[in-house]
Amino acid sequence: MTRKPIYDQPDLDGFFGRFGGSFISETLAQAVEELHAAYRRYRDDPAFITEFEEELADYVGRPSPVYYARRLSEETGGARIFLKREDLNHTGAHKINNVIGQAMLARRMGKRRIIAETGAGQHGVATATICARYGLECVIYMGSVDIERQRPNVQRMALLGATVVPVTAGSRTLKDAMNDAIRDWVTNVDNTFYLIGSVAGMHPYPTMVRDFQTVIGRECLTQMPVLFKRLGMAKQHPDAVIACVGGGSNAIGIFHPYIEHEGVRLIGVEAAGLGLDTGRHAASIQRGSPGVLHGSRSLILQDDNGQVRETHSISAGLDYPGVGPEHAWLHEIGRAEYVGATDDEALSAFHRLSRVEGIIPALEASHAVAHALKLAASLPREQAILVNLSGRGDKDMETVMARRDSGGQP
Amino acid sequence: MSRLDTTFPRLRQQGRKALIPYVTAGHPDADITPALMHVLVEAGADVIELGVPFSDPSADGPTIQAASEEALRRGIGLQQVFDQVRRFRESDIDTPVVLMGYANPIERYDLLRQPGAFAADAAAAGVDGVLVVDYPPEVSGDLAAQLRRHGIDLIFLLAPTSTERRIRQIAERADGYVYCVSVKGVTGTTTLDIAQVRDTLARIRQHVRIPVGVGFGIRDAGTAREIAQVADAVVIGSWLIESLAGKPAAEALAAASDLIRDVRRQLDKDAPEQDQAFKTEYSKP
Repeated sequence: MTRKPIYDQPDLDGFFGRFGGSFISETLAQAVEELHAAYRRYRDDPAFITEFEEELADYVGRPSPVYYARRLSEETGGARIFLKREDLNHTGAHKINNVIGQAMLARRMGKRRIIAETGAGQHGVATATICARYGLECVIYMGSVDIERQRPNVQRMALLGATVVPVTAGSRTLKDAMNDAIRDWVTNVDNTFYLIGSVAGMHPYPTMVRDFQTVIGRECLTQMPVLFKRLGMAKQHPDAVIACVGGGSNAIGIFHPYIEHEGVRLIGVEAAGLGLDTGRHAASIQRGSPGVLHGSRSLILQDDNGQVRETHSISAGLDYPGVGPEHAWLHEIGRAEYVGATDDEALSAFHRLSRVEGIIPALEASHAVAHALKLAASLPREQAILVNLSGRGDKDMETVMARRDSGGQP
Repeated sequence: MSRLDTTFPRLRQQGRKALIPYVTAGHPDADITPALMHVLVEAGADVIELGVPFSDPSADGPTIQAASEEALRRGIGLQQVFDQVRRFRESDIDTPVVLMGYANPIERYDLLRQPGAFAADAAAAGVDGVLVVDYPPEVSGDLAAQLRRHGIDLIFLLAPTSTERRIRQIAERADGYVYCVSVKGVTGTTTLDIAQVRDTLARIRQHVRIPVGVGFGIRDAGTAREIAQVADAVVIGSWLIESLAGKPAAEALAAASDLIRDVRRQLDKDAPEQDQAFKTEYSKP
């Protein structure tokens, strides 16, 4: 290979191959166009970029470290496991990176009211946090099922001054929260900015959210060589990069800068729930088919009538029947691989990382850890696996304790 | 030529405005739809919009969401909707029927069969127009071509927020009629502003030469009449669906009939006198 491949997705209409685009009602067209214009204007604006970088450094605490999980690696045997510590960010997950970028855009557009959807509540907390910091009104839509299982985050949002609106339509989880946020946006389009938390939704959201999250992978590009040198490993890049995929923002954030480094395997881990063949999972890439949901074409879980199916995952943040269109595309062209981790595998990884490294991961990120443990065991010690530890697990105590009490885990 | 292309000129000749009720297929009862459509026509409907249920109707308010969820629980998909239209057509070959829904059930229909299957089957069932809420003109090219091949009109939405550029873009592509959304919001909104509607219609009519209907938020016959004074058609959706919800079939049919008859009477107050005979025909109990 002499030519470095150029990756320049999406096209001008927001398509990654046949996925992506903007499938929106006319009632939203103007709002989306306005957002797009603002994003085009500021994405390369030096003042905007500088402010974004300063916010990430001073308020979020970036760069987040990459940590060599020595005990975990040695105990597992095989490849060495490195953790990108997005769990150490302010508010406890990678979500804040994107929230700052979009909130800065909202301020420049003169929108004083921010709305957002949330599943696990991490995006809701990050949004409520930035709204408090910037003095913006904040309304968070959250499925009533998720409100039950992520109570600490609901309390945090309230504490930060946000209004949390329970969503009782449909499956009462993330996808329905997104529907209600879209309805709010259509209704209050003059003063409202819709701050989407993942690389899903209509163009330009999948691209814009990706661009705000690639700071994760860009930091890794400079951090990994330093670590490798310290450990006496003769390499620049990890052999595999692993991240969990719900909508897929943390995954795209760490994958994207590595796409052009062809020797690096990119592995997305979907929520296999009770098992990929049980129908009770959220594996949109492995078990989904092309469809249009929330403004873009991607792979979605649906029935033969094109009705979107209910999903299941122990982690609210992965409980979504679609996936960002860029992941559908990376899957289609074979640049990234997508695998599953079940509820039980994720829980077991959750406990293992807590006990062996003193790091309590979010249940979402536990899916990535679970696959890393499996993969590491099958590879030689010279190989390196980089896991995006996208969030911390404080919010999941109730879920984990309930499972332990019912005899699920030690 | 679709039935829409004859309906609007005939109404214009009579100096009357089109009354377009919207009902969700399979609501309030799985089998009621063909009978309900006939009742609506007898009560004075000129065109019927039939909602295709979808699991994630993000442009709809609570009323149509609930109707859609109910219909889905009864297993209503596109095949059932086509069957309902076919049964309606057994005894009504004149009234245009427009399917209104979201992109995914249509794309899925074709993916599991073949490209163009939806358009062909819709035409065979007797459908005259299709409105896909989340297909803006930029992505509707393939469907438009398939529908045109079968003489079906692709209907577009325009909104108070539509820019002149978009109005022009849609004017170039729209067939049948254009559906103007009266407010910024979802279906069933309660705060309709006549002055704003008038303003939006004026902007639309600078470019759109086909009939313009207005919907979203018409919740009483008086408002329907006011809208009809400035538009070519009024669409009655959430208000009608609320009047049917939870009722046994006979009661639902009676409620639909009363509501549409009342709106028809209001609209025809502004029709020219020479059409008195026509009006009284509709006013019969």
